[in-house]
Amino acid sequence: MSRLSREELARRKMHARIRTIIKYVIVIVVAVIPLIPVWVMFLWLLAQSFSAKVTFGVIPQVFTLENWKFLWAPFKMGLKEYPNIWPITMNTLFLALGVAALEVLISSMAGYALSRMNFPGRIGLMQFIIALHAFPSVILLIALFIILNKMGLYGKGYMTLLGIIIIKAGLEIPMASWIIKGFFDAIPWDLEWAALVDGCTRWRVWRSVILPLVLPGIGAISIFAFLSGWAEFLLVYTYVVGEEYYTLPVLIYYLIGELKFVNWGMLAAVGLFFTIPTLIFFSTTQKLLLRIYVGGVKR
Amino acid sequence: MVKVTLDNVSKFFGKVKAVVDLNLEVRDGEFVALLGPSGCGKTTTLLMIAGIYKPTKGRILFDEVDVTDLPPKDRNIGMVFQSYALYPHMTVYDNIAFPLKLKKVPKHEIDKKVKEVAKLLQIDNLLNRKPAQLSGGQQQRVALGRALVKEPDVLLLDEPLSNLDAKLRVMMRAEIKRLQKELKITTIYVTHDQVEAMSMADRIAVMRAGRLQQYAEPEVLYNKPINLFVAGFIGNPPMNFIEGSIKEENGEYYFESEGLKLKLSKDLGELVASKSTDVVLGIRPEHIRVITSGEVDNAIDATVYVIEPLGRDLVINVKVDNTLLKILSTPGLKLEPGQKVKLVFPEEKIHFFDKYTEKAII
Repeated sequence: MSRLSREELARRKMHARIRTIIKYVIVIVVAVIPLIPVWVMFLWLLAQSFSAKVTFGVIPQVFTLENWKFLWAPFKMGLKEYPNIWPITMNTLFLALGVAALEVLISSMAGYALSRMNFPGRIGLMQFIIALHAFPSVILLIALFIILNKMGLYGKGYMTLLGIIIIKAGLEIPMASWIIKGFFDAIPWDLEWAALVDGCTRWRVWRSVILPLVLPGIGAISIFAFLSGWAEFLLVYTYVVGEEYYTLPVLIYYLIGELKFVNWGMLAAVGLFFTIPTLIFFSTTQKLLLRIYVGGVKR
Repeated sequence: MVKVTLDNVSKFFGKVKAVVDLNLEVRDGEFVALLGPSGCGKTTTLLMIAGIYKPTKGRILFDEVDVTDLPPKDRNIGMVFQSYALYPHMTVYDNIAFPLKLKKVPKHEIDKKVKEVAKLLQIDNLLNRKPAQLSGGQQQRVALGRALVKEPDVLLLDEPLSNLDAKLRVMMRAEIKRLQKELKITTIYVTHDQVEAMSMADRIAVMRAGRLQQYAEPEVLYNKPINLFVAGFIGNPPMNFIEGSIKEENGEYYFESEGLKLKLSKDLGELVASKSTDVVLGIRPEHIRVITSGEVDNAIDATVYVIEPLGRDLVINVKVDNTLLKILSTPGLKLEPGQKVKLVFPEEKIHFFDKYTEKAII
């Protein structure tokens, strides 16, 4: 190979540098710029909720906690007055935890069966699961209403919320089973066989050996389930009659929609309050969530 | 300890016949190796003995008890997997203690037994670690410990050494053999490595495509292989094969192949010719003598092709016409590629196989 001349070498270095710069520019254009509006919205929420007055929408003027009064003081929504926001938060929590618990319990077993057991119609069932996910809950509203009514769960306060938990979990269990099946798939058969030889029953293998290994998967689906329960609007809005059984998303809806007068400061504060669990979950479990798409057991 | 009997056992996966009509008896306390190339059904056989696969046909007996329908947990077996299959979320201690916990052994007794086994396998300093923090050799010992701690009636080993480096493998080979002799556990060992099988097992079952080829002591397999497959599989470098035919000329018998004519004694010639005239001659690399100068009776002309010095041995590759033969010799022989040599095949060391049935004639 002939030696490179000094000029040629300089030229190539220059090219390499330009290529690097172009790469960074592309990353900024594709990944950073689209995030700006999202960040501006969060900033708006923050600024609006803690100040009495804002200029240009984002620059806070006077610091106040007036907008956060709902945490300890009574507030009105329409004709109903609430003592504070905690009962509604508890309703939301009840719904979210219920969905998460039911979903984890059932999909971790269903996922195992889909991954590990041979039964007639297994492949068909898996295809069907994906198809099921194509139906949004809106088109099921009427049918579900009839079912809830027949079961005596309509307009019965917490029982209605329980009904919604069942519906919500039912809608999401197929996808959750599918996700967790991927985690079960990644566990080698050897491990299961070793446990059988060591003296386990199939049930014990699942409980003592397999389940601990899919904990990241279980963590992930429980977070998704929790958040989807936390943010559920349509079902609660449609089926819950008593205002004391509303959840946060419905409350926010009425804050915007009632009486044509919108208290923007309070709306922003409630909005921020509503995102707190989401923020907590995402910041503490980021690693777990990232592993969903990587999947499997470290061996 | 028990005697394990496989009575006409078959296992089919759909149309794939993994194991066909296998009959095998492993005596009490015996060390038997299942040997064969990958896909020959040896691991399937092991998993059937473990109870993980149910045979499609046939019975499996431990002593005289039919265990064919018993789940694995009721068979009292210990098993080591090729991947070791240690539980990643448990410490070494918990891994070894797991089978005892399932048996509901009291805690202090578990502790005693785990420590005993750990000491025996020299892993007592690793008990608090997780499997991911262990080297391959250590993981292997833990897997062995987990299999041994419950004092199984039968120990099943599925290629336990294949993930270790060469040096460690040789060491563990001796160690497993010593352990087995010490504990006198009936052991079935699956491997595709004939050296492992030969060096460790009391008897070897050679399998091919789901069928048992030969079941015998290592020396018998080596000296009296029953067919071409066994002859070619056992021994390293493998046995040399030359296709040819038996010819009779003026009452004398010859083995003839391209570029090769070997006179046979009358007895041998008659014996082989009575069975088949299209044959394959087999001779082990260490049995061929190389002559570099002088005239010898009934010798074969060959050309040196390549020489592989292995330190203790010398593998000489020679070409007889177009057939490549490997010869195992002691170092010190000065040979150059392209050099003409003469080969002598001692008649008592020659094997003959039927070319079509592949069965041994002598």
